[in-house]
Amino acid sequence: MYRTISTTAVRREPTLNSLSTFTDEEEMLRESVRRFAHDVVGPKVREMDENESMDPAVIKGLFEQGLMGIETSPELGGSGSSFTSAIIAIEELAKVDPSVSVMCDVHNTLVNTIFRTRGTKEQQEKYLPRLSEGTLGCFCLSEPVSGSDAFALQTRAVKQGNKWVISGSKMWITNSYEADIFLVFANVDFSKGYKGITCFIVEKDMGIKIAKKEQKLGIRASSTCTIAFDEVEVPEENIMGGEAAIGQGYKIAIEILNEGRIGIAGQMVGLAQGAFDKAVPYTYERKQFGKAIGEFQGMQFQMAEVATEIEAARLLTYNAARRRKEEGREFLKEAAMAKYYASQVAQKAAGAAIEWCGGVGFTRETGIEKFWRDSKIGAIYEGTSNIQLQTIAKLLQKEYKQ
Amino acid sequence: MRPTPRSLLRILVPVKRCVDYAVKIRVNAQQTGVETNVKHSMNPFDEIAVEEAVRLRERLKDAVKGITAVTIGPSKAQETLRTALAMGADDAVHVETPEAAIVEPLAVAKLLRAVMDKKGPYDLVILGKQAIDDDAGQTGQMLAGLLGCAQATFASKLDVDVGAGTADVTREIDGGLEQVRVKLPAIVTADLRLNEPRYASLPNIMKAKKKPLEKLKPEDLGVDITPRLQMLKVTEPPKRVGGQKVDNVDELIAKLKKAGVLPGAA
Repeated sequence: MYRTISTTAVRREPTLNSLSTFTDEEEMLRESVRRFAHDVVGPKVREMDENESMDPAVIKGLFEQGLMGIETSPELGGSGSSFTSAIIAIEELAKVDPSVSVMCDVHNTLVNTIFRTRGTKEQQEKYLPRLSEGTLGCFCLSEPVSGSDAFALQTRAVKQGNKWVISGSKMWITNSYEADIFLVFANVDFSKGYKGITCFIVEKDMGIKIAKKEQKLGIRASSTCTIAFDEVEVPEENIMGGEAAIGQGYKIAIEILNEGRIGIAGQMVGLAQGAFDKAVPYTYERKQFGKAIGEFQGMQFQMAEVATEIEAARLLTYNAARRRKEEGREFLKEAAMAKYYASQVAQKAAGAAIEWCGGVGFTRETGIEKFWRDSKIGAIYEGTSNIQLQTIAKLLQKEYKQ
Repeated sequence: MRPTPRSLLRILVPVKRCVDYAVKIRVNAQQTGVETNVKHSMNPFDEIAVEEAVRLRERLKDAVKGITAVTIGPSKAQETLRTALAMGADDAVHVETPEAAIVEPLAVAKLLRAVMDKKGPYDLVILGKQAIDDDAGQTGQMLAGLLGCAQATFASKLDVDVGAGTADVTREIDGGLEQVRVKLPAIVTADLRLNEPRYASLPNIMKAKKKPLEKLKPEDLGVDITPRLQMLKVTEPPKRVGGQKVDNVDELIAKLKKAGVLPGAA
């Protein structure tokens, strides 16, 4: 741990802004998404939650606002914006509805990014415009027997002539009910272990079947399905990244999930803030013992504590986002910390928000309890909290073990 | 304001940066104005004006030759112009005024006239009927006066016949709707129900930063913006005092007499 530090290299002095300093574009995007979320999504949140389904008008609105191709270049129908902008959009949507937020998150940070970074030119030109303009995508990695142990997946792809035939099933697939483009991870050669895993671009009409739509505790408007592949034939040009990328699926999955965590962190920060914003004003209206309950010290300190934790989670998230994209630096540990902490804070903030509003917070009518139900998923998907801790711990060991 | 050749329309949309409509207004400690260290955004009526200009182009296509957004305000007012550009304006002019300067409606109208002389000609000026900060509601009318051109205020519907060089405007008046036809060039002020403004989409926000934005100073335009009014004091409205329920009409009358509202024995 005792290293001599030499800093002779000449470096360009970076502009030192606070983490909550944004570009004009980012500020405008935040304002625009905030209004869209408030006006278009807001009135439908309760109904979509109760019906466990996403209103098609909301999906259409996301596409129209350019929020489904945030980093995709304008030439391919996208917005040509930044990763941090995506995080801001995800955060702002989650303040109103974490279900809508995760739809936008998965589509952008997983599906679009894989096409942008791994797809061949032909694949990008064929799919990115559709994904920007109206076709929803999903990311199919988990299976009944492989969750955290993702590379134990059993779905197989067998070459037959100029086609690949995929058999197996996928589970817990976000967006899959509404999606038309599926990124499917399947093993082409089990003798090579995880190095047989390959990513395929599969379109719904190639034969994908929705086996079951899950009924969930939270983010109920976001679809989660089990998908069956019964000898689905996929043209050979649909291997993500082309022939050379056979067996590269594990790399694609690991790398995308590393940065995808920052999106979930953004969702959880937005969720926490949404719950906080709904509950706190009520504490200054509700009077007991002759004064507003928010003015009792027991309440004040709880609110101050949660506000501090939300701020900390937000800064962890923005920092990971800026490192990843704007600076191109290592961000693995920061992303894991952001996702782990933000999901904890989200659950605590949403739980506290219910208590601050008492019986009113406990009813479904006010929508505060929904944030708490929605928060639980943050500790589960795109790497459970234990997986995040393991990632952080491994990096610590590398850093500290002599 | 000379009209451009018939069949081509150039539109000017003046916009103002105001305290955001959702912010709770507080009087500052010195009682000289309101707290301004709060969220600001485009005056909602100006947003309606920008939207209407963009919709005119969507309807009239190439007949609309250009939409220029202009703002008069401190350096931060540039954000408001970027919003107008993201909504669909083609270019923007920022007349930058000192940070704390108060620019009264007459000075604004004179500056707008000067901008039109410099950048024009424009055939149509669409602006909010009032700004939600000072609620003066004078700029559009003053500008029409200075230019000696037609005006149609409080518009709830706008149709332009580019070939004929006229605009048909529906105005909301007490007890109904009034339809007027004005000759272009004309000033139209936007009322609340003219349209519902769009949200700037992300691709348009990204495009907005590449659109031209010209900066000018009042001196460049030869306009003196020294205020003609003196602000004496700004206070909050008196707090509403709770009412009282009475059991019957007699009691009410007795109370009113006691309060001196009705004649009779106190």
